Amino acid sequence: MSENLRVKSSQYIDETTRVSFKFNGTTYYGFKGDTLSSALLANNVHLVGRSFKYHRPRGIMTSGSEEPNAIVQINPNTNRTEPNVRATEVEIYEGMEASSQNCWPSVNFDIGGINNFLSPFFPAGFYYKTFMWPASFWEKYEYFIRHSAGLGKSPTLKDPDIYDHKNIHCDVLVVGAGISGILAAKNAAKNNYKTLLLDEKNELGGSTIYENNESNKVDNKISSEWLKKEIEELKNIKNLEIKTRTSVAAYHQYNYLLARENLTDHLEKKYKTNKIRQRLLKIRAKKVILATGALERPMVFNNNDRPGIMLSSAIKKYSDFYGVACGRKIVFFTNNDSAYESALSLNDKGIKVEAVVDIRKQSETNLEKRVIDAGVKIYWEHTVVDTSGYKRLNNVSIMKLSNDGTSVTGNKISISCDCLGVAGGWTPAVHLYTQSGSKLTFDEDKKIFIPNKNNSDQISVGSCCGDFKLDEIFKNLNEKLKDFLDITETDFEKITVNNDQEISKRNIWLLPSDKVLGKTKPFVDYQNDATAKDIKLALREGFRSIEHVKRYTTTGMGTDQGKLGNMHALGIIADTAGVKMGELGTTTFRPPYTPLTFGTIVGRNVGKFFDIFRRTPMNDWHVEQKAEFENVGQWKRAWYYPINGETMHQAVQRESKAARGSSGILDASTLGKIDIQGSDASEFLNRVYTNAWSKLGIGKCRYGLMLNEDGMVYDDGVTTRLGENHYLMTTTTGGAANVLGKLEDYLQTEWPELDVYLTSVTDQFATASLCGPNSKKILKKIIPDLDLSDENFPHMSFKEAKIGSIVCRIMRISFTGEQSFEINVQASYGKDLWDKCIEAGKEFNITPYGTETMHLLRAEKGFIIVGQDTDGTMTPIDLQMDWIVSKKKYDFIGKRSLYRSDTMREDRKQLVGLLTEDPEVVLEEGAQIVSELDKKPVEMLGHVTSSYFSPNLNKSIALAVVRGGKDMMGKKLFIPMEDKTINVTVSNPVFFDQTNERLNA
Amino acid sequence: MFVINCPYCGERDQQEFKAGGEAHIERPKQPTELSDDEWAEYLFMRKNIKGVQYERWNHAHGCRKWFNMVRDTSNDEIKAIYKMGEKPPSI
Repeated sequence: MSENLRVKSSQYIDETTRVSFKFNGTTYYGFKGDTLSSALLANNVHLVGRSFKYHRPRGIMTSGSEEPNAIVQINPNTNRTEPNVRATEVEIYEGMEASSQNCWPSVNFDIGGINNFLSPFFPAGFYYKTFMWPASFWEKYEYFIRHSAGLGKSPTLKDPDIYDHKNIHCDVLVVGAGISGILAAKNAAKNNYKTLLLDEKNELGGSTIYENNESNKVDNKISSEWLKKEIEELKNIKNLEIKTRTSVAAYHQYNYLLARENLTDHLEKKYKTNKIRQRLLKIRAKKVILATGALERPMVFNNNDRPGIMLSSAIKKYSDFYGVACGRKIVFFTNNDSAYESALSLNDKGIKVEAVVDIRKQSETNLEKRVIDAGVKIYWEHTVVDTSGYKRLNNVSIMKLSNDGTSVTGNKISISCDCLGVAGGWTPAVHLYTQSGSKLTFDEDKKIFIPNKNNSDQISVGSCCGDFKLDEIFKNLNEKLKDFLDITETDFEKITVNNDQEISKRNIWLLPSDKVLGKTKPFVDYQNDATAKDIKLALREGFRSIEHVKRYTTTGMGTDQGKLGNMHALGIIADTAGVKMGELGTTTFRPPYTPLTFGTIVGRNVGKFFDIFRRTPMNDWHVEQKAEFENVGQWKRAWYYPINGETMHQAVQRESKAARGSSGILDASTLGKIDIQGSDASEFLNRVYTNAWSKLGIGKCRYGLMLNEDGMVYDDGVTTRLGENHYLMTTTTGGAANVLGKLEDYLQTEWPELDVYLTSVTDQFATASLCGPNSKKILKKIIPDLDLSDENFPHMSFKEAKIGSIVCRIMRISFTGEQSFEINVQASYGKDLWDKCIEAGKEFNITPYGTETMHLLRAEKGFIIVGQDTDGTMTPIDLQMDWIVSKKKYDFIGKRSLYRSDTMREDRKQLVGLLTEDPEVVLEEGAQIVSELDKKPVEMLGHVTSSYFSPNLNKSIALAVVRGGKDMMGKKLFIPMEDKTINVTVSNPVFFDQTNERLNA
Repeated sequence: MFVINCPYCGERDQQEFKAGGEAHIERPKQPTELSDDEWAEYLFMRKNIKGVQYERWNHAHGCRKWFNMVRDTSNDEIKAIYKMGEKPPSI
């Protein structure tokens, strides 16, 4: 069924281990060490996918991570499926399955292929232009566009694999293990730098490792033989760590790099289980050496995308490294000498090279002579004008180029072939370099962008900085390393290097055809089907910036990020617009260099490790009682405690009644607690709170409101004076860390003269809050010898006592309006304290209540919750809390802002109560409030901030912020909802026990 | 992500720090004496320079100390770090 194009045994492939795999349902065989693409090519399978827009048949184009066409879905319909994987990178293993993407019903017969024949109707910007009208139709268009778009299918099953993150610190990081990277890493490590060498491939040595060109000699050995010896020596160097299958995804400032280490993707399924699949390496390197190499460019000519048309260097790698012939009759098309190396290499292996088509007038290196000697016909100054073969190349047509390279002359020559190797020159891989913030410069002579101004301690070596010839690489690498590593000599500086001389080349970004441009398909971006025509159209329509042209034509926007085509796009723009390429600049190179899986990005932070959360010492008890929990900041707080299948509403109503009827208990351990000490502690509080603190007696508590400097409420809480120079401040649960940060900021930067020390003690104390008319009796049972009389222990005061031998701090303060005691003990005794309270409270039917009941009870009393009833635009005056703002104090944080013209406006939004006309109707929090229903546009006066059904008042209550609400007492307002309008009356926000009698009841 | 040399702890990763905006904006000693415009100048107006900027930073997940940094916002080069109250270096 399949053919065998394995031409020669290769030392890099384990031919003793045959591997079977499936591609599009057909079983094929390859060898261990094959990539999916080399194994497919060995079976003479070129057609692997369809293009994105026109659904044109596409074949394997490259042998590396720059592949635009051969992107496949790995293990479709399994829990390990992965879309958009480059067949050129993925290594095959026994039982692997892969399938083509973007085609239906199959890659051989794809209905979307009709788009190819409709292509005159799909120019650049087609979607923008077509689906604009009528605007209301977009939703309908979108449905079809979404269905026809997209490449692979994202996995829907739970990912069975483990991912990990690892931090690495090293002296020198070398990215890329080609010949430059290996020499750099070796010399760094030998000179006592802790060195890390990374390469995305599974083998070290880059393209040199299979280089068999007789003309390239290092130390009088063929370069690959010499390099193998060097690699062998790496094993014995200490200080050197090597990671293969590791692709650097991002290079950030300060030499911070992210790399993906692939650990099990190449293994059989049975070896994947319970192993880390991929690891994200977070590398902080003192010095970085980029040896990322260069990518070969294709050329832009008519129908340059057929299966069988490949990069010349890829054909060479498949034959020299994998032992696979990419065809039986191969033609090369080139503008430089590197195609000749490929041609020779193939010829040596007995693969028939039909011809070399060269756009240059001539070249006089040894290579050409050897190719001619081998009997290969060279067509000088010719260009390919067309190709044929729908699913596989079968013919190329060539014509003579005119002197200026803009047209063709003479007769068309037809060459029958099944593979065309294209060599359009080399582009340095500067992606990581520019990501680091470093700047490129354009070399007008070589027509490439090369590193220019480094933004961190780094160098680029080898072909990624534009050195393409071996002697040049050795010479420049030697100089750069000595300077960069501060060493006097390298271990390779005396080695002789020979290679063929000067590579002459000729650049024509868009090659002419005998047809007019409009009748041709010269692809620039293969994956997104952007042609040279599209780019020229964009320019005609007025686009000039390369970034705009990119987005309009989608050039360079595929999963390959234009690694092959971007230079041609620039060249065509420059030529068409008559500007220099260097002046155009490049599009921004963004991370990741190659796609990362989500698994790698999140690492171990999945499931219950997704986010950090905090639990109180009483948490186990809440869990036992089957409490529902809510997240408050990082805390898991008991929300309500349903009994016998109660709904949330039923539970909260019951808890709220019990807390006022007899007794309730709340876990208040999460409240922020800051211990404040120092001789200026009172002065400090005077400055950070709106009210006065100097006269607060020792053992007394006071509620405080904290503002931002802009006058808006920031936080609130009760602070207790424990001693002359000692206070304990409580903050909101969610605001604790920010309040501490803000206080530290003022202490350190504005008032360093104050003698004050702040310590967070939130985690050190556990707090049980007893509330209700029977709370005093319960406390009495727990601490019989404490005098709880209102005279000795009045509301807003503090006592230190002992429960058995446990020291506790008790504050008689209330957030519910009931008589309440907040008992604080050392956190480790929290559960003990809680059990004692529950035990002692049994006879009073003590009822644990959660945060929802707490919110309801405080709303009955009109107490605000910062962040619910305020949103950073509310002053204390807006909240009708004028009483807490000291008129006497000269200054406090935010004071001046309370007298700004804007904050003094009478028509600001102000906190009021709302009562519904129908007491059963509970308002929605966030609902908008209006005074006139008929006036258009409807004027929004404000919104509901808190709303509950109060079981103690047996009616619906709400807090709201309303423009000018202070003066609206008793006024009727409206709340328009989707299906009805609710009538409400503005009221006093204190709904329950307005005279505070219950605090001492 | 920067490496920041905390003047109290030494080199640490940026994720331990919190940026605190422009430095050397002193809180007025007598805010009540200021006009609305003068107070607004202190409260709201910041330079947001492209180039060399003097900034406040806090080692929030470390020693919690505030300090000053001179940073080139165009390429994130940290040019100097100095303690609160110290004279800013001229750069």
